[in-house]
Amino acid sequence: MTSDVAIVTGASRGIGRAIAIELASRGIAVAVNYAANADKAGDVVAAIEASGGRALAIKADVSDAASVAEMFSVVGEAFGPVTVLVNNAGITDDGLILRMDEEQWDRVIQTNLTSVYLCTKQALRSMIRAKRGRIVNISSVSGVSGNAGQANYAASKAGIIGFTKSVAKEVGSRGITVNAVAPGFINTEMTDALGDAVTERAVGQITLGRLGRPEEVASVVGYLVSDGASYITGQAIVVDGGLAL
Amino acid sequence: MERAEIESKMSELLVDELGLDADKITMDSRFEEDLEVDSLGVVELLMALEDNFGVQIPDEEAEQLSTVGQAVDLVAAKLNA
Repeated sequence: MTSDVAIVTGASRGIGRAIAIELASRGIAVAVNYAANADKAGDVVAAIEASGGRALAIKADVSDAASVAEMFSVVGEAFGPVTVLVNNAGITDDGLILRMDEEQWDRVIQTNLTSVYLCTKQALRSMIRAKRGRIVNISSVSGVSGNAGQANYAASKAGIIGFTKSVAKEVGSRGITVNAVAPGFINTEMTDALGDAVTERAVGQITLGRLGRPEEVASVVGYLVSDGASYITGQAIVVDGGLAL
Repeated sequence: MERAEIESKMSELLVDELGLDADKITMDSRFEEDLEVDSLGVVELLMALEDNFGVQIPDEEAEQLSTVGQAVDLVAAKLNA
């Protein structure tokens, strides 16, 4: 798949960073999207280029339609039509539902779910024309099992799964696959913010007895965009070390 | 734009974008029944029409289209409006 071009949203750090590096190692030209952290996105591009891969950093607000359109246009000019999309960008803004204000709700839904709609819609234009394409949406075990204090986040991540299955059905006839990956507790800045007590309790529930590494999610995404996964679509693959068993 | 010009451009798009057989396309051809274009194919055609003719086709109007000739009529009406 040497001619493939990917956009990975929210790729300056955490799981997105690992996905960008994984895809580049598979010969895919990767656009490293970021919202604010230009330095970190630049680091990801440098790491990819140091390994002989092709990458560029692209700033865009993925919850804004005009910004998304501009991103696809810039990436298309630089690398060619996008054939791989990984919707990874996501934020948390936790709180118990009784104390969750509308701004918290809207911001998380916009960034985590509306962004998936906007980027997918834009990507499908070129994928349908090319009759090839791979979309992987990063969900979460929160969206599968629910999580107290994360009603907004869990709703956005469960929404991603329903979206994934619906779009998979719409575009399957064009040879495009759409899947979701639902990570559990992965060692990133997002889980660091949870604090030691929460993390310790979580580890106690994980079958493998440890947090996951971003690379362990990225390798599944890499597989889903590879030729080997050509008959997998509409799935939500849980990568949580056995947390949800 | 002359109607004949729209017709020939329409046929070209149906062949290039939807991979249809040029010999099968007439102005009376029905998208679904005669040309076996599925609902996503109709959407692809609409996007191609919008891109190539520079017109906007709202969903309500798109839903009325069942033949190639009707699509030509719609584009002609939009261009001459």
